[in-house]
Amino acid sequence: MAEKAAGAVRPAMARREAVLESRLPRVGQWLPLLVIAPSVVAILVFVYGFILWTTLVSVSRWQGIVPDFTFVGFRNYATIFLSYRFQSDLRNTIVFTVFFLLGSLAIGLLLAVLLDSKVRGESFFRTVYLFPMAISFVVTGTAWQWLFVPGTPQEPTGLNLLFRKLGLPIFIDWSTTSDVWPNGGLQVEWLRVPLGIPLAMLPVIIAAIWQMSGFTMAMYLAALRGIPDELREAARVDGASEWQVFRYITFPLLQPITLSAVIVLGHISLKIFDLIMTQTGGGPGFATDVPGIFMYETTFKSNKYAEGASIAIVMLVMVSILIVPYLIWRLRSETER
Amino acid sequence: MSAPRIPAPTIRLSQLAKYAILLAFAVFYLLPVYLMFITGMKSFAEVNINRMWDLPSGLRFDSFQAAWNTLRLSFLNSLQMVIPATVISSLLGSLNGYVLAKWRFRGSDVLFTAILFGMFIPYQSILIPLVLTLQRLGLYGSISGLILTHVVYGIPITTLIFRNYYASIPTELLEAAKVDGAGFFNIYWRIILPLSATGFVVVAIWQFTSIWNEFLFGLVITNSPEQRPVTVALQNIAGSQYTMWNVQMAGALLVALPTLLVYILLGRYFLRGLLAGSLKG
Repeated sequence: MAEKAAGAVRPAMARREAVLESRLPRVGQWLPLLVIAPSVVAILVFVYGFILWTTLVSVSRWQGIVPDFTFVGFRNYATIFLSYRFQSDLRNTIVFTVFFLLGSLAIGLLLAVLLDSKVRGESFFRTVYLFPMAISFVVTGTAWQWLFVPGTPQEPTGLNLLFRKLGLPIFIDWSTTSDVWPNGGLQVEWLRVPLGIPLAMLPVIIAAIWQMSGFTMAMYLAALRGIPDELREAARVDGASEWQVFRYITFPLLQPITLSAVIVLGHISLKIFDLIMTQTGGGPGFATDVPGIFMYETTFKSNKYAEGASIAIVMLVMVSILIVPYLIWRLRSETER
Repeated sequence: MSAPRIPAPTIRLSQLAKYAILLAFAVFYLLPVYLMFITGMKSFAEVNINRMWDLPSGLRFDSFQAAWNTLRLSFLNSLQMVIPATVISSLLGSLNGYVLAKWRFRGSDVLFTAILFGMFIPYQSILIPLVLTLQRLGLYGSISGLILTHVVYGIPITTLIFRNYYASIPTELLEAAKVDGAGFFNIYWRIILPLSATGFVVVAIWQFTSIWNEFLFGLVITNSPEQRPVTVALQNIAGSQYTMWNVQMAGALLVALPTLLVYILLGRYFLRGLLAGSLKG
């Protein structure tokens, strides 16, 4: 890959850059810092400062319109974690993330592999698979809401109607049931929500996969095009079957790109808001509710700022568990070069 | 293995299966668009939930007209917001990328990573302070407030894309200029900027698309129908006129139109931004 070649050249470039820096006129020492300073200050205030501020709100007593920064410890966190709604949100986030990731990765990989095998009309297929990426989640939610209007067993509507016409089985309850599979879910004594898969989540997952699987397809396709043909050719000459070539050569080489895709899709799914807000509004019950919606409604509809802030901080922690190790790993591998 | 091979039929069969899968997925991706179009073409009287897959009786644009009347103001708001925000955040990203790629200093990699983190945070975690700050600045509820917000939270991604882009500009070029006595801005103006056209297109498309499509900031920062962006206005149609599917679908298509046009006309750059944004390299 081009990237590897660049990596080999890097030390030489770094040396040259070091020389370059030593030759800088004095003014050059602080000018770059001055240029980047406004952005750094903005990020410092708007990202790190605001996160700290939100953390302070999350341990305050602020409820209602007037700010009240009296320290109350972790009371707000206890309140949300003990609530049925937040427990449901956490369960839903896990279910959504797992299925959304698996679905997007599998479909993306399948389509990329197929498109990579010399297909007629490749650019047409690529364009069609990727266009949902250009669309707002709000539009996606609006459109899929209409597709999943369930109807009745006698008079199915939406996709059900299409399935009936095609002679396929229909699933009437999909966007109206708050059932948890399997069979009402696994009830854990100290939890207020049943663990399992909320069935109403399926339409949301399908819509999200519709929107984002083209992205994994594009990533996998770029990665596949980056694998030198000689590598696979050599294996074929050695008598490997197509499956073996894929399993032992191609697939391992795709792992870095899978990691990137997991990072990008994962952080999107952990903070998903607009799609679910427009498609289901979190209902029925809280079967498709997620922390993003809970936070928005708690803070800006009910004015419970302190509780809203603690939901936000929990969301940040979830995303950070995924992102921070990745960023540190990236930083390390960059400075090692 | 050594048995006589009859490759032709098997190949044809697997080829057939391949195209069948590709076509099936093409149908899957296009299905909502088809439904949006045919529903948008129907009049309210014609939107019968039991015949939602049927073609409309004729070409009627009443629903589009109705949707446009509702969305027009917000459409203009979105344009007023997205253009300056895109321009400013692209310029900032270009300068930052230039510094971080070509004028690296002690700790610049750590700084870059710290900036990148801002790209991943759930915006809920900064929303309350943001609202309070914008209120204090007198920008709450205004398009200017949205522009400021999109510029600030656009810094990480625009910086990332430009930094990667500038890394591919050979350092020898800069060295030569420096020998000739060119300074920091001179080099940027005479060498970097002229080579940045593609970078700007990629970043601008990325920013235009994500700012146009954004919903949470628009929802929270604007408090009046006169100021809200188009995504919030669409959600409002969906929320209030729940049975007006024809208007909703027409509206959804209208909202999607600008970014779809960008995608169709500049798809190559869109894809490049996508891959750059996925942190590759």
